[in-house]
Amino acid sequence: MSIALTLNGRPFTFDGDPETPLLWVIREAAGLTGTKYGCGVAACGACTVHLDGAAVRSCAVPVGSVAGAAVTTIEGLAGTVEPSPADGLHPVQRAWIEIQVPQCGYCQPGMIMAAAALLRASPSPSGAEIDAAITNLCRCGTYPRVRRAIRALAAQA
Amino acid sequence: MKRRWFLTATLAAAGGLVLGWRAWDRGFDARARRLAEQDGGTLLADWLKIGADDTVTVYVPHTEMGQGVHTALAMMAAEELDADWAQVRAAQAPADRAFANRFLAEGWTLQDWSVPGVLDGAVDAAFAAAARFIDLQQTGGSTAVRMTGQVGMRLIGAAARQMLLQAAARRWGVPAGSLVTAAGTVALPGSGRTARYGELAAEAADLPVPAGPPLKPRQRWRLIGTPVPRLDIPAKVTGQFGYGTDLALPGMRIAAVTAAPVPGGRLLSVDTAPALAVAGVERVERLEDAVAVIARDSWAAQKGLAALAPRFSDGGHGGVSCASIDAAQDRALAAEEGEARVTVGDAAAVLAQAPAGRIVEAVYRVPHLHHAAMEPINVTAQLAGGRLTVWAGDHNPLLARHQLAELSGLAAEDVVLVPLPMGGSFGRRGGANAGISAYFIQALALAKATAPNPVKLVWSREEDFAQGTFRPRLACRFRAALAPDGTPLAWSQLYVDGVPARVEAFRIPYAIPNQSIRAVAVPDPVRRGSWRSVNHSQHAFWSESFIDELAHAAGRDPFAYRRDLLPPGSRHRRVLEAAADAAGWGAPLPPGTGRGIAVAEAYGSVVAHVVEAALGPGGRPAVRRVVAAVDCGDVCNPDTARQQVEGAIVMGLSAAIAERITVEGGAVVERNFPDYPLLGLAQTPEIELRFLRSDGPWGGLGEPGLPPVAPALANALFAATQRRCRNLPLIETLI
Repeated sequence: MSIALTLNGRPFTFDGDPETPLLWVIREAAGLTGTKYGCGVAACGACTVHLDGAAVRSCAVPVGSVAGAAVTTIEGLAGTVEPSPADGLHPVQRAWIEIQVPQCGYCQPGMIMAAAALLRASPSPSGAEIDAAITNLCRCGTYPRVRRAIRALAAQA
Repeated sequence: MKRRWFLTATLAAAGGLVLGWRAWDRGFDARARRLAEQDGGTLLADWLKIGADDTVTVYVPHTEMGQGVHTALAMMAAEELDADWAQVRAAQAPADRAFANRFLAEGWTLQDWSVPGVLDGAVDAAFAAAARFIDLQQTGGSTAVRMTGQVGMRLIGAAARQMLLQAAARRWGVPAGSLVTAAGTVALPGSGRTARYGELAAEAADLPVPAGPPLKPRQRWRLIGTPVPRLDIPAKVTGQFGYGTDLALPGMRIAAVTAAPVPGGRLLSVDTAPALAVAGVERVERLEDAVAVIARDSWAAQKGLAALAPRFSDGGHGGVSCASIDAAQDRALAAEEGEARVTVGDAAAVLAQAPAGRIVEAVYRVPHLHHAAMEPINVTAQLAGGRLTVWAGDHNPLLARHQLAELSGLAAEDVVLVPLPMGGSFGRRGGANAGISAYFIQALALAKATAPNPVKLVWSREEDFAQGTFRPRLACRFRAALAPDGTPLAWSQLYVDGVPARVEAFRIPYAIPNQSIRAVAVPDPVRRGSWRSVNHSQHAFWSESFIDELAHAAGRDPFAYRRDLLPPGSRHRRVLEAAADAAGWGAPLPPGTGRGIAVAEAYGSVVAHVVEAALGPGGRPAVRRVVAAVDCGDVCNPDTARQQVEGAIVMGLSAAIAERITVEGGAVVERNFPDYPLLGLAQTPEIELRFLRSDGPWGGLGEPGLPPVAPALANALFAATQRRCRNLPLIETLI
């Protein structure tokens, strides 16, 4: 079965089992490995991507359910910024470097996608909004810096 | 055979300087030549390379798993080299004996080298621990910066700088002493003459290598001690950083596996047909204790595996549970017999004479803990042309390579292990003491099935939990006798031993005149592993909780009580006082909130935490603030150091509040994150860190921030509620 969607602004067609989680389509059919497998049950958020602009956990989204949708991954995040940034980075990615957020880094693409979706919906989120929106898990314990980076971005908004 | 160890220099293929440690014996010499031939003339044993284009590449023998070790070690080499940091790169060293810790350990302790004065005091303590890593290439024990960095990287950088100075001196016909270096350039002051390192590298490669190059005194450091941005972070925010799970090779197959849920179990039977009916599934492999599905892609492999209903035996361990483990440990603790670890004075006699009203007794218990690194276990393996190539992240790539050679029956030189960075590990991958890891055994069997194609084995999160190697479930029994003024006269402790480790986590820092600390081994079949800070994680919890109990029994302030038992001027006392001072110990708190303190030493660093906490909704501990004081000696990269302590505090809180692995019927009950709640951003408190200016020896930092967290939190909850939590996780006592 053939499923057409938009991936990072370009048309993409997947031929295969429509039950295949979007995560594996992104990683293996499209070869974009920035989106990570962490749990397979939408509990950790390492696989977070944007689906029509909203953060979703792609390990629990069958590709057959997103035909025609626009999917953005960490590799395409900077491409959503107008005008195109000279350093190739989305402001959230830039803040992540500035605050030196990542340690092992495995969860960070998902964390960044969750933060970018939050800041688009609410450019100056309250502490409670940040707590409610960022439920991604990080075993290295980067949460204090994730919070600092989001607050820094909110202060610029 | 007597070996000698040299710093050596060679000319890089593209005309640069290459420096490395080299051991010279007959076997090594032949091997080095063979390696050199394979690599176009460049020996693999090199630690530092200066290219004609001015780039400086530092080969780091340690595995990057989030701790920033590649950046820190590159900084240490670049500091002594006076390199231009913008030109410095870090690269993973291969799994090769040339990068084994013994290069350092033997080089300094067993041979005739003299230790540079600047390292006096640091090296002796470090090598007492390093000696145990002989023939290993270990990342663990928080050793990278204080051993490889201090002894290896700094000396290599200093030697390279001397050679570049000599090369410039020869070129210009001036004494080397008249030249200066800065930012990757040699200059003759007042003459306008300069030469970039890249220009001098080929000439420098012809010069003799200085055996004992002088190291910079601390006041001349320009990089060490500064918050240099980590080299790995840009690729980690764009999704370009490659982990083992991201590996893609031509013809690669994907494998999913389910192993016997009970340790020692064997595969009894499995009907392979349902998996083979799944589109994309190529084969089902029956392993001794597992079944694996090999497919064209991950989804087919997982779907195929889910379609199987394998039957496993239980290895005779089907009756093992947390309750059975507790019962066995309780019996051992009641028997009061153990191997003496610390004996000072005569605690038993003092306790026998003390009136009942001045004896304090308690039993503590900690649960099994899972590493739960975000990147699940994975290995890629390929058998082709009589060679085995394995791509894997591991704490100890060289040991893994030896183990794979033994298991495969191949000669060591026909086994290549490509070390990859890890998405966290915390002691899980290669940190265990129990021989070759199960995932390597599985990967080798699967590579035989897919040969000559490579196969990538990825454990599901469920398998990652089920087959974990856990911080063991353990218990400890205390008895103490107090003087009429509350001062402790005797401390008697019998604990169930954790994982084998030379580091003595059980010692207490307090000046108590009679101490009897004893250990008893109570084996159980649940797999054990090294979990961040290893045995310190349990010892700090129970010892720092019990000293708090004594303070309260004495009617004394828990901070002042500890302080008065620590020798004036000691590291522990300074760190404890710094934490109390930074936290505003004694200042009023909101109603229902309590403050707790704990101090512990691990891997050469001393850390104290003050935690402010209350009982939140549903009796769940709510932590509002953690203030830490750290003495780790000099700090290489203060921002990375902060990251490590912040992360250790979060992991420590997570474990203390809610983490526990349950064993029932011999198998692990928890199978994914919803069963094993990790701390999230919303529960993470404000964290404040104070690093003490210290002339002490360099300590580790990957682990020491963790041990004092659980007791400081339990002590805070006691202050808030008057309820003493002697069992972890805390929610099981409080809810």
